[in-house]
Amino acid sequence: MCGIYLDYQSASPLDPRVAEFAESFLSSDFGNPSALHSRGLAAKAALEEARAKVAKLINAESPESIVFTAGVTEANNLAIRGAALRSAAKGKKLLASLIEHISVLNPLKDLKKGGFDLALVPVDSMGIIDLAALEGLLSKETVLTSVMYANSEIGTIQPIKEVSDLVHEKGQFLHVDGAAAAGKIPIDVQKDGIDLLTLSSNDLYGPQGAGALYVRPGVRIQPVLFGGGQEKGLVPGTENLYALAGFGEAARLAKLEKAEESQRLQAIRDGLIKEILKIEESYLTGHPTKRLPHHASFRFSRIEGESILLTMDAMFNIQVSTGSACSSRTLEPSHVLLAIGLRHEQAHGSMVMTLGRQNNPDQIAPTANATKKTVERLRALSPL
Amino acid sequence: MAQIGYSKEVMEHFMNPRNVGVIENPDGYGQVGNPVCGDLMEIFITVKEDKIDDIKFRTFGCGSAIAVSSMVTEMAKGKTLDEAMLITRKDVAEELGGLPPQKMHCSNLGADALHAAIKNYWVKIGKIKPEEAEAGEESHEGEEGESCGT
Repeated sequence: MCGIYLDYQSASPLDPRVAEFAESFLSSDFGNPSALHSRGLAAKAALEEARAKVAKLINAESPESIVFTAGVTEANNLAIRGAALRSAAKGKKLLASLIEHISVLNPLKDLKKGGFDLALVPVDSMGIIDLAALEGLLSKETVLTSVMYANSEIGTIQPIKEVSDLVHEKGQFLHVDGAAAAGKIPIDVQKDGIDLLTLSSNDLYGPQGAGALYVRPGVRIQPVLFGGGQEKGLVPGTENLYALAGFGEAARLAKLEKAEESQRLQAIRDGLIKEILKIEESYLTGHPTKRLPHHASFRFSRIEGESILLTMDAMFNIQVSTGSACSSRTLEPSHVLLAIGLRHEQAHGSMVMTLGRQNNPDQIAPTANATKKTVERLRALSPL
Repeated sequence: MAQIGYSKEVMEHFMNPRNVGVIENPDGYGQVGNPVCGDLMEIFITVKEDKIDDIKFRTFGCGSAIAVSSMVTEMAKGKTLDEAMLITRKDVAEELGGLPPQKMHCSNLGADALHAAIKNYWVKIGKIKPEEAEAGEESHEGEEGESCGT
């Protein structure tokens, strides 16, 4: 039986068109964009072409507002640390939603140790940020607020425009982690009023090891790593030309194709949700409609998520993800599932499916059937 | 090279667990863990001539928790109660070809459940007092970084 891959969010295959486009930058077209000879200038031109393509995906004011990084974690760290430390003279308050990615939460917690004041804004049972609570916590000293565009574990899409209006009325800068959302739903940094936006290459079927931080013109941040003057001194080190050129091409393709592809995936996703919710004591996590089109997440009572993942993989060759504590290094259940009000024992039984290019409607029935058999198998073993 | 994921033995026991189920009116019954922590195991035994005659388990938990339960029932079956009391968490993990470090403690409760079932039997036949059944087990929680968060 051919496998069914439903974990696109943790890793996506390289688009073959991107591979073909970028390959030469590893070999025949290699070069250091900082060098002044012809090979360096050609590399620089390729890098700037990539920057322009990424800028277009999110309707950035200009390519100059895109800072390339080695991925999402680096971009989030640069946004959080870079903006907070740069603006520390104006205020030392930081805000974020409770369900941010750890590459946002951990740099924030580190800043807190260094004397910043950090408050986390609650979300409702579907994962939508509590705007009234956000408003109440915001002040002029709130130099940075970080709210993700959409959540990777429960798929919920945040009302970013409303968040941005509040932040700009009462606080200062808004950082948005757009890694899970970009290429799936439209993001327009100007319309949405975003000051800093994190992007991922691999989520767009580009190479791993590339990401970007959009920095709105006029917003000042400082580097977190120190070295050469690349990326305006914000990300020192010789650029990963292959990955960034590929990222640019992936962004160009995503801009062209995302509307149609998202619609296709949403139809498959809706089919999966409909079938899987027929299983007894199964529940959708996250928002039923304000959710990423390729994202389905569930919890099943009386069983544990790592066992679900292992059974789906070993017995049915279907790859899924889970927010269960037992699959994490810390053995703590997902902070996202706890934030939406699940009890620990409920959060343990979660399963996340993220769809992509290689999925098709014929996979709905076998996937739903495999999920049903997996749940039944584990419930038969369970004393609960 | 560091072990990647679960051993072959763990996956084999996880996919084909031995001795799953319930024994009605068991001679001994032990339950350890807590669903809040993501692991709950119960073991049922029947005893004949001071040996474990039949043994069954049910487990809520991750892959290693299920494999450990299955393995410990295999190891205990046919042993005298005193021999079975000597089976340690480490023995079970070794029989399974090792467990990932973060699973050694939290999901490795099979031996504890077995010992609890044997002590439950000993209390029933008056060999030990109820308070003695509580003593002597390694704790589920308490090691650094392994609290279950509640």
